[in-house]
Amino acid sequence: MRLDRMLTVARIDLRRLFKSKDYWIPMGFLAAVFFVALPFLLLTIVTSTTSSDLVNKIGEVLQSLPGPVQENVVGETPAARGAYMLAVYLLAPVAIVVPLTISSAVGAHAIVGERERGTGEFLAHSPLTEREIFFGKMLASVVPGFAATAIGFGIYSLLVNLKVGPLVGGWFFPTPGWWVLIIWVVPPFIAMALSVILWVSSKVRSTAAAQQAATLVSLPVIFAAYGVSSGLLINPVLAALAVGIGAWALAAVGLITGSRSLHRERLLGFGGDG
Amino acid sequence: MPAAIKFSNVTRRFGAVRAVDDLSLEVPAGSITVLLGPNGAGKTTTVRLTTGALDSDSGSIEVLGLDPRTDGDEVRARSAVVPPKPALYDRLSGWENLIFTADIFGADHSGIRPAAERFGIDHALDLDVGGYSTGMRTRLALARAMLHDPEVLLLDEPTAGLDPESARAVLNLIRELAGRGRTIVLCTHLLHEAEGVADKVVLMASGQARIVGSQEDLADQFVTNPAVIIDAEDRSMLRQLEKHPDVVSAEWNGALHVRLTHLDRLPDVVAELVGSGARITRVQPDNPTLETLYFEMQRSLRETA
Repeated sequence: MRLDRMLTVARIDLRRLFKSKDYWIPMGFLAAVFFVALPFLLLTIVTSTTSSDLVNKIGEVLQSLPGPVQENVVGETPAARGAYMLAVYLLAPVAIVVPLTISSAVGAHAIVGERERGTGEFLAHSPLTEREIFFGKMLASVVPGFAATAIGFGIYSLLVNLKVGPLVGGWFFPTPGWWVLIIWVVPPFIAMALSVILWVSSKVRSTAAAQQAATLVSLPVIFAAYGVSSGLLINPVLAALAVGIGAWALAAVGLITGSRSLHRERLLGFGGDG
Repeated sequence: MPAAIKFSNVTRRFGAVRAVDDLSLEVPAGSITVLLGPNGAGKTTTVRLTTGALDSDSGSIEVLGLDPRTDGDEVRARSAVVPPKPALYDRLSGWENLIFTADIFGADHSGIRPAAERFGIDHALDLDVGGYSTGMRTRLALARAMLHDPEVLLLDEPTAGLDPESARAVLNLIRELAGRGRTIVLCTHLLHEAEGVADKVVLMASGQARIVGSQEDLADQFVTNPAVIIDAEDRSMLRQLEKHPDVVSAEWNGALHVRLTHLDRLPDVVAELVGSGARITRVQPDNPTLETLYFEMQRSLRETA
């Protein structure tokens, strides 16, 4: 497999994506809702509330959290502690949801889209190997999700530090656990989901079928990733590193299996289900 | 000439359908071979098997001395295909489409603009291909196919839906490449476009090469009665040919189109006309067109069946 040709496939897909406003405007909107609008609204309510009822309820929620989490929550007042908890343990795991959703949408269309447009004929007659095409498509699917996450997460970090930081003694986000999660644990989950989605995309006959299948595939992965992320934030960094190793191993198996599923004949429109 | 492409008893099925059925075929290096046949004859499958985009179920294929099944990447790197639908990325500009191809085939970017200029598409390179007309798309596809100077060029119905100017660009390209020793395979059911360019004509039907030969050889084989166009100042004098023993048939179509029992009889026929007082203004061989040949070959196949 030649890296330069794989990157060429990825580059051209990203270029097409960048020029497709009908794709990236909704995806940008999704990222903005999860990373900016929703956190801003909730954090504003929690940090500015004067309602004793709401403060009491936040206190009750904090009391119900596991011991280690309670120890890690920073802040002098119930409102400050509630805002910290919201920022770190409840809202931040959406960092998993956004890249997975965006990358899944791109990946579902990646291979079956070539068939539908007829451009698969060009790829099939080109010297590109099936693996170069598969991994090029994979990379082109990963990049938009990660780009949106990097930008969105940066804005989110700024937002929570500005809104919650003054209440808890200064800027605090991202926490060390989050760095491990976002760099080490999230990528293999995305790779796992995409390996299955691209496999599906190479098998089905239409984008609609690919998107339906991608939704079915990505939802459990999103829930699993969300659960793991939330759990790992409570546990030590070492646990996150160990989970990451397992996730990478599974992702590697998925990628190898997925890359073998792509055949030239499918690019030409032969075979496939759905 | 050695064969650039060689099919030996190749079969490819799609379910119960044999798209290519025990096909044996040789395309000489540096030649122009035209694959004729109706839709479903197996022409496109033959092209796809040639590059290894499809695998055969049985038989062997050799392209430039390589097996497309095992050395497909090299075969594809040294060949180019212009499919019936140009397979371009609509959201990208013409320039971006060509850059993509050049990078995949390892071609120099400096060849992009000359290739586009050659097919008269350079003025539209900055525009998205989605806005191109059918002719512009085909011109861009042709420019794309030329970027890496392929040794084998496979053109699958390249002039379908083209304006005359674009169609001529295709035919000029074919002649020029053949002049440079490149091997060309042209699949078509538009017979006039293959007229006069083919070194070898292959009539395909039901996935098989039923009739193979040069246009001249096939004309000798299938058009047994040579045709001649004859005209005179007083056309009524030509009516005597309608019952002449050496004339098989005579039809008026601007002039008199006659079929003779043998070309050797022509001097005697003309001498008789002159002897009877006819002032002859035209005697011209009426070589069979590829279209005539095609229908004669099809008729022959039906009779054989």
